[in-house]
Amino acid sequence: MTPLENEITALKRELISMWILVQSQLNKAKEAMVKFDKDLAREVLVKEKRVNSFELKIDRDCENIFALYCPVAVDLRFLLAALKINTNLERIGDIAAGIALYVVESSVNFDIALLEKISLLNMYDEAINILSDTRTAFEKEDTVLARSIFKRDDVLDNINENAPVAIASVIKDDISTLPEALYMLSVIRKLERVGDQSKNIAEEIIFYVEAKILKHQESSKRKIQGEE
Amino acid sequence: MENTVVSASKFNAWFGDNHVVKDVSIGIKKNQVVAVMGPSGCGKTTFLRCINRMHELIPGATAKGSLKLYNDDVYNMNPIYVRYKIGMVFQRPNPFPNLSIYDNVIAGYKLNGLKMKKADLNNIVEKSLTSAALWGEVKDSLHKKGTFLSGGQQQRLCIARAIAMEPEVILFDEPTSALDPISTSSIEALFHELKANYTLIIVTHNMQQAARVSDKTAFFYLGELVEFDDTKQMFTAPKDSRTQNYITGRFS
Repeated sequence: MTPLENEITALKRELISMWILVQSQLNKAKEAMVKFDKDLAREVLVKEKRVNSFELKIDRDCENIFALYCPVAVDLRFLLAALKINTNLERIGDIAAGIALYVVESSVNFDIALLEKISLLNMYDEAINILSDTRTAFEKEDTVLARSIFKRDDVLDNINENAPVAIASVIKDDISTLPEALYMLSVIRKLERVGDQSKNIAEEIIFYVEAKILKHQESSKRKIQGEE
Repeated sequence: MENTVVSASKFNAWFGDNHVVKDVSIGIKKNQVVAVMGPSGCGKTTFLRCINRMHELIPGATAKGSLKLYNDDVYNMNPIYVRYKIGMVFQRPNPFPNLSIYDNVIAGYKLNGLKMKKADLNNIVEKSLTSAALWGEVKDSLHKKGTFLSGGQQQRLCIARAIAMEPEVILFDEPTSALDPISTSSIEALFHELKANYTLIIVTHNMQQAARVSDKTAFFYLGELVEFDDTKQMFTAPKDSRTQNYITGRFS
């Protein structure tokens, strides 16, 4: 392997480590929310600093590789993608921390039946699965799997779109659930963002592997081009 | 096409039995800077030297196929005239050691016995040295020997010598490989200015230089033209895996 290939392999490994940490943060935030486990939520908040450190380290590594190796072609595309994936992962880390913060600060635990009623738990699982599959797509450079993310993000978008009506119904049934219901709406919005960030990451994987730019294209057009 | 200055169609070149340029077809447009790259022995310099018929000066060297300057086949033209129209600058600066800066610039006229008025020659010298971004540095020492100049200045003097003949095309064979980074930078800046009036074809091993200075890049491998495309495309998403392997250093 050339020195540049070694650098890129190390950078890829680092991104995957960050990915695993962010996934774990999302999982723990969910568990803390469902079990109302404040200690676990605090752990998520502490580990958020590690996510931030990863982001800074990966940014710096990319900068060094640009400066020292002048990458071109697939290497250049990988580095450009790595920078953007890094930013997206850090934002997902922020989302996990945001969910955990509520658990730390709240005095009332969630009603699991309510979480299920508004499809929040299903949405959460799907968001984690999507993030996990984008990681697999990245590791294996599997653009078919990366493309499947676009459609699966639609599921999260649908739950998000229907959320105001579902939340309104919960509040109507029992006005005392208002603070909890509003927090649920906030979590749904955050999970929708996880879907968007994962979609951005999937676009970067396709750009890196195939040199195709899919972002800012209409969903239908993107799917058609994606299938070429 | 009128806009195409140099075109090759199924062009081949040999050294004896050694087939070094294979079926190359390419069209180079006016006022473009074209970088030619590839590993050693890929035929890029031979192809360059065929364009102004320097290849045939080597014993046993032959060529076949079509190679045109506009609509005229260079192999049906007077080779001296071809070299007026297609100038060349080499790897190492090679001003004539016994000639002054002034006489180096007009060497093409002198060596071909072209008589001109002194005032016209003065004009050519000033214009050529100005175009080569050297006039300001040498205007007060035109009658000193060219070899007193620094390496970068000597190379610009060679460029001025090529420009003096008012060529259509200037060929550069690794023109900065013997120069320091500052001289290299000044030659690269010069390429950007020269392209307004000339078509430049540059053989280079320095891929970053190819990326910096050229509009189009050609990649040669084992005598074949593997890929010829916009430089931006070649350095971000080359179409051929051999090009990608070469520019990313994964060539075995």
